[in-house]
Amino acid sequence: MAYVAVKGGERAIEAAHAWLARERRGDPGLPALTVGQIEQQLGLAVDRVMAEGACHDRGLAALAIKQARGDLIEAAFLLRAYRTTLPRFAASLPLDTGAMRIRRRISATYKDLPGGQVLGPTFDYTHRLLDFALAAEDEAPPPPPEASAEAERMPRVTGILAQEGLMQGEVAGEAEPPDLTREPLAFPAERPLRLQSLARGDEGFLLALGYSTQRGYGNAHPFVGEIRMGEVTVEIVPPELGFAIEIGEITVTECQMVNQFAGSKTEPPQFTRGYGLTFGHAERKAMAMALVDRALRARELGEEATAPAESEEFVLYHCDNVEATGFVEHLKLPHYVDFQSELEKIRQLRATALREAAE
Amino acid sequence: MSAATGYNFGYLDEDTKRMIRRALLKAVAIPGHQVPFGSREMPLPYGWGTGGIQVTASVIGPADRLKVIDQGADDTTNAVSIRRFFARVAGVETTERTAEASIIQTRHRIPETTLREGQILVYQVPMPEPLFRLEPRVAETKRMHALADYGLMHVKLYEDIARHGHVAISYNYPVMVNGRYLMSPSPIPAFDNPKMHRNPALQLFGAGREKRIYAVPPYTEVRSLDFEDHPFEPVRARAGCALCGSRESYLDEVVTDDAGGRIFVCSDTDYCQGRQARQEAAE
Amino acid sequence: MSASPMEAPLLEAPLLEASDLALRYGAVPALDGVSLAIWPGEVVAIVGESGSGKTTLLRVLSGLLPPDAGSVLYRDPEGRAQRLEAMGEAALRRLHRTDWGFVHQNPRDGLRLGVSAGGNIGERLMATGARHYGSIREAAIAWLRRVEIDPARIDALPRTFSGGMQQRLQIARTLVTHPRLIFMDEPTGGLDVSVQARLLDLIRALVADLGLAVLLVTHDIAAARLLAHRILVMRHGKVVEEGLTDRVLDDPQHAYTQLLVASVLAA
Repeated sequence: MAYVAVKGGERAIEAAHAWLARERRGDPGLPALTVGQIEQQLGLAVDRVMAEGACHDRGLAALAIKQARGDLIEAAFLLRAYRTTLPRFAASLPLDTGAMRIRRRISATYKDLPGGQVLGPTFDYTHRLLDFALAAEDEAPPPPPEASAEAERMPRVTGILAQEGLMQGEVAGEAEPPDLTREPLAFPAERPLRLQSLARGDEGFLLALGYSTQRGYGNAHPFVGEIRMGEVTVEIVPPELGFAIEIGEITVTECQMVNQFAGSKTEPPQFTRGYGLTFGHAERKAMAMALVDRALRARELGEEATAPAESEEFVLYHCDNVEATGFVEHLKLPHYVDFQSELEKIRQLRATALREAAE
Repeated sequence: MSAATGYNFGYLDEDTKRMIRRALLKAVAIPGHQVPFGSREMPLPYGWGTGGIQVTASVIGPADRLKVIDQGADDTTNAVSIRRFFARVAGVETTERTAEASIIQTRHRIPETTLREGQILVYQVPMPEPLFRLEPRVAETKRMHALADYGLMHVKLYEDIARHGHVAISYNYPVMVNGRYLMSPSPIPAFDNPKMHRNPALQLFGAGREKRIYAVPPYTEVRSLDFEDHPFEPVRARAGCALCGSRESYLDEVVTDDAGGRIFVCSDTDYCQGRQARQEAAE
Repeated sequence: MSASPMEAPLLEAPLLEASDLALRYGAVPALDGVSLAIWPGEVVAIVGESGSGKTTLLRVLSGLLPPDAGSVLYRDPEGRAQRLEAMGEAALRRLHRTDWGFVHQNPRDGLRLGVSAGGNIGERLMATGARHYGSIREAAIAWLRRVEIDPARIDALPRTFSGGMQQRLQIARTLVTHPRLIFMDEPTGGLDVSVQARLLDLIRALVADLGLAVLLVTHDIAAARLLAHRILVMRHGKVVEEGLTDRVLDDPQHAYTQLLVASVLAA
């Protein structure tokens, strides 16, 4: 009996996977999506999968999206599972986002500032009305954007505030930052570890947590000091050379949230910073990350930490969607044995209760 | 139904407008009280003025003249977007002149030019609940409003003075309306609070995401919370406008370089341009 | 400052009168025909083991929990009697921040831990209309002194205080509006013995100075002996014995009281 069940199970699984492959492909009368099309035309999905998959490779991310039928958590999972097999040659030097080739840069704290507001490619200010013209089969390519003037220098807003002593400085640590991809989370988690965890955390989860801090579950008074998106150079120092070489360029989004007052009678009030950085163009994620980063600093800044977003363990243990989806979905696995013992136990308890009631 | 847009006048259907108008009437009848309403999905994101847009869409008529400001200015991106939206779905005339507008939708400012009877000021409100930082549970804050139990808000002001020597609220400074309801004035600078008091215009507040509407009818008492020995003090930058020279208006700080250079200009662009025009005419 | 015991108003009429209170939790009777009265300036202790119904009684008497049957009568400072169950939530809340006070066993339930000591004391004043910062602060300093907390700690957060200090701060926060009746639920529970003794002394002195009436729930017979004029002994939701403190403790009539008193002596 048991033997038959196992064999039947194997055949069932093979059939299910064949069925999945057919569903993934959809109507064979329609042309198959190419990985290039996904990479080019679903670029924000690709960015999200790279961030949550913690692997910067647009082609692989696009492939993962295709294979996952557009399920972005599944795609991030595929990408993580792939990246873990790769040998590690080097760690990059810190990215210099101050030297970013900027495509978008906005500040909500100053109407105008050196370098100006650069709106760039954004959904902001579009009216969310379905554009039925896009449903047409042969969409004409839109005209190229007006060439931007030679980029001005764009000082960071947080730097402008720091000149006046209004922004709390960030001290560079001496210690090598921990590596979440090689070591398990450990608590209390210092900020470098927290930021790593948030950077690959689930966008939806961080969004909800960041939102909760705005609605009173946390002590947030945030302003977007600056969001910038564009290309930065990645450099490594190969040990055999001993000096930095450029290995390429990636797109990142950085958000610096300016938060109201810390300070007390002994310390003058100051602005404090929440920081978000993600692969690709992922503004919502970078903003949510900056809100949650600031919330997680509550304890170090001497604030009362009672809200979910201010709890390090709560946030960091639950923000990884690959871990979370695994454990939630594992409930689909057989639990026959445990459930059988539950059945026996509840029958026993009910029998006792009914007997007592009858007495 | 307008053939040009495929949408009803003002975007919302008439049943929705009627529902919102009923909420507005109730709000006017109970100044400062938050009235729940069936906020609709709008073609702009939550937090970008969906509440104000729904209120404006419900009160606007073809003869109205609409002004939209954000941060006091008509030319900020969000104001431009909302003004265009109404030009498109209602086809009404728009204006940048405070004095000429019958409806002014605003985010974060009250115009410097004194409003008059018959004008409607529509505020976009992100968080209608003035107590939310002190008590995040909505069921509990509703009870506090019902019982006029506002001691906690004064405790917050007390704590600020004990810590900083001043009340540390610079915008969204809570007000007491008609001696009964504690109200969020929306995130206008505290500088603007006194303009709400006994204002001849009708002030309507819409919070789309939180699904609340509230109102301050014309000539209603609006007091900023304070202590007798620490009276409410509106704050503005200690400077004059670099363009029109005003020392009375609320100013934006503009950073001119990264060596600490900065100038101040009026946040209310209509007010500033009006002053500049009069100065040029006088010369 | 409130009246001294000699000037206590309306000594002839009780502040609070309860008659035939009944309340059941499912099949378990928590209160079963309980009646009691408390007069101005009087300290009444309700003793019994945990589960005897004494905390439930305190919650019903203070209006936090409606009884299934019976009624509670409150007499306001003008001498008018009002039925608690007919008062409405707004009036009851007002009562709780003016003429009444409640001291919880766990100071966390009675304090705002994220608000300074001064703010904690000032809250009731502000809730009842005080709008002068300087006077509120003076009152807070005076009350910190009175409960033996260094006034220099006025801007400190209660979570930096020891358990005993937190409890004294809760008492100051409660007494600042000069209530006439205080409900205390095991006010010394969870404290070290030496800290308990100091707190009991402080409560005794404040009660005498201010002429407070106190309804004290405790399982600590020694605390009841030190503070109370009268004692009610509760068991299974019923008052099994009632009388002057010395009489009840020195000459207990009911078998359960005898057991309760003996277990303290043995311990």
